[in-house]
Amino acid sequence: MSKLKFTVFISSLVPFFWLAYALLTNQLGANPVEVITRDTGEWALRFLWLTLLITPLRAWTGWNILGTLRRMLGLYVFFYAVIHMLLYLWLDQSFDVAEIIKDIIKRPFITIGFFSFIALIPLAITSNNKMVKKLGGKRWKQLHKLTYFIAVASAVHFYMLVKQDKTEPLIYISLLIILFAVRLYKSNKKTVKMASSLR
Amino acid sequence: MWIHKKRASDIPESEVTDHKTYLNRRQFLNSSAAIVTASMLQSSIVDAAETPKPTFDKLLKSDFSTEDKLTSYESVTTYNNFYEFGTDKASPAILATKFPDKSKPWRVTIEGECDKPGEYDYDDLIRPFTLEERIYRFRCVEGWSMVIPWVGFPLADLIKRAQPNSRAKYVQFTTLYDPEQMPGQSRKVLDWPYVEGLRIDEAMNPLTLLSVGLYGNELLGQNGAPIRLVVPWKYGFKSIKSIVNIRFVEEMPNSAWMKAGPREYGFYSNVNPDVAHPRWSQSRERRIGEFLKRKTEMFNGYQEEVAGLYTGMDLKKNF
Repeated sequence: MSKLKFTVFISSLVPFFWLAYALLTNQLGANPVEVITRDTGEWALRFLWLTLLITPLRAWTGWNILGTLRRMLGLYVFFYAVIHMLLYLWLDQSFDVAEIIKDIIKRPFITIGFFSFIALIPLAITSNNKMVKKLGGKRWKQLHKLTYFIAVASAVHFYMLVKQDKTEPLIYISLLIILFAVRLYKSNKKTVKMASSLR
Repeated sequence: MWIHKKRASDIPESEVTDHKTYLNRRQFLNSSAAIVTASMLQSSIVDAAETPKPTFDKLLKSDFSTEDKLTSYESVTTYNNFYEFGTDKASPAILATKFPDKSKPWRVTIEGECDKPGEYDYDDLIRPFTLEERIYRFRCVEGWSMVIPWVGFPLADLIKRAQPNSRAKYVQFTTLYDPEQMPGQSRKVLDWPYVEGLRIDEAMNPLTLLSVGLYGNELLGQNGAPIRLVVPWKYGFKSIKSIVNIRFVEEMPNSAWMKAGPREYGFYSNVNPDVAHPRWSQSRERRIGEFLKRKTEMFNGYQEEVAGLYTGMDLKKNF
């Protein structure tokens, strides 16, 4: 593991250990469950935005080493999302399957959150080199385009659950729009380049 | 002769957790349901802020009080929805420490369809009434709940003095509007000032309380000082804080939350596990201090006292 990778690996665990420490030392206020559920959800979102930032950042800076971080950051999305999901299933729903299914069907923000979590699973499973080889680069790439769906779905999930003050989700949505715009601009430029080189 | 009728929510005085027992952390811990997370619970109790010594004396005890375990003083005073001081739960306790400004007199206007309107200084307003302690369950529309020992007097007592006339079908309450004192009002998250309302018979119900304190002390800014409403069978946002105006009206008032989301927040907003918020279920709630959610009760457990107010009404339509 390179030094950079190791540093990112450790610092990505900081939110997790901080939450655990704060919980045990009673620093999360009157409703710690709400704080941990919200924070792990938000950390999953932040890591997802970071994975989306890698490609444009690498193109812009030329630091190819950044590419090696993407998989790890993606797995941290999954890590925080799993905790987020487990807290919902356990502490909100007490693992009551009937209630959970009802909730998923009836509450659009739960529906959306649930499907974006489900979509993360194949990405996590196929994140190792063996699976890339098995699927073949092209198919693997196709599959991992699910990331875009997950990003949009989780932003909507966040927007819908906030009661009244939408400032925070709107910040994430704006950042996502920028990340998408950069990609579109890049791929446009590529097509133009290709078109002109064909001429 | 005063005949006391037993109600479902009644409990003998002897069963109310007294303050000493409440403060006895170990006993509290032992009696609370032992779950895996008990160790986490313990730490939150050990670090809890001390409850100040009661300053109100001779508070009447109430038969309406619940036997449920009190939510800690620390939680009641640090976990607040009071958008006038910011939209997160922690802001009010930080930003309302000097609220209300002691140098400005707190005036409450009583007006509208009544024979005895008037404008009162806070002290004059509450002087005629006998204060009592009422331990009520408090259920927020967001799905959490507390048990709070309020200090106050029945709103009905005040209404009787104001002598509403036959056109007074509703009572409308308004919170102070003063962005200098209430920094959250400088952002238009809601249509300020905050307005709430009750049907006159709801307002006259003996459970409906005008509160001036909790835990035996005056209300803190974050809890709606100096005077607020407490309607225990309705979602918390109906219990309007820091009231400056009480008005008897003929038409149903349009509350701040009704304006903000008419599909999501109705006039009645009775606690009802069977009527979901359009975005989330209301069938369960997290009692602050507990980890697992518990089932939400119809009318927050006060059905015996208030169900009669809504006979024949479709509570799904009149949410």
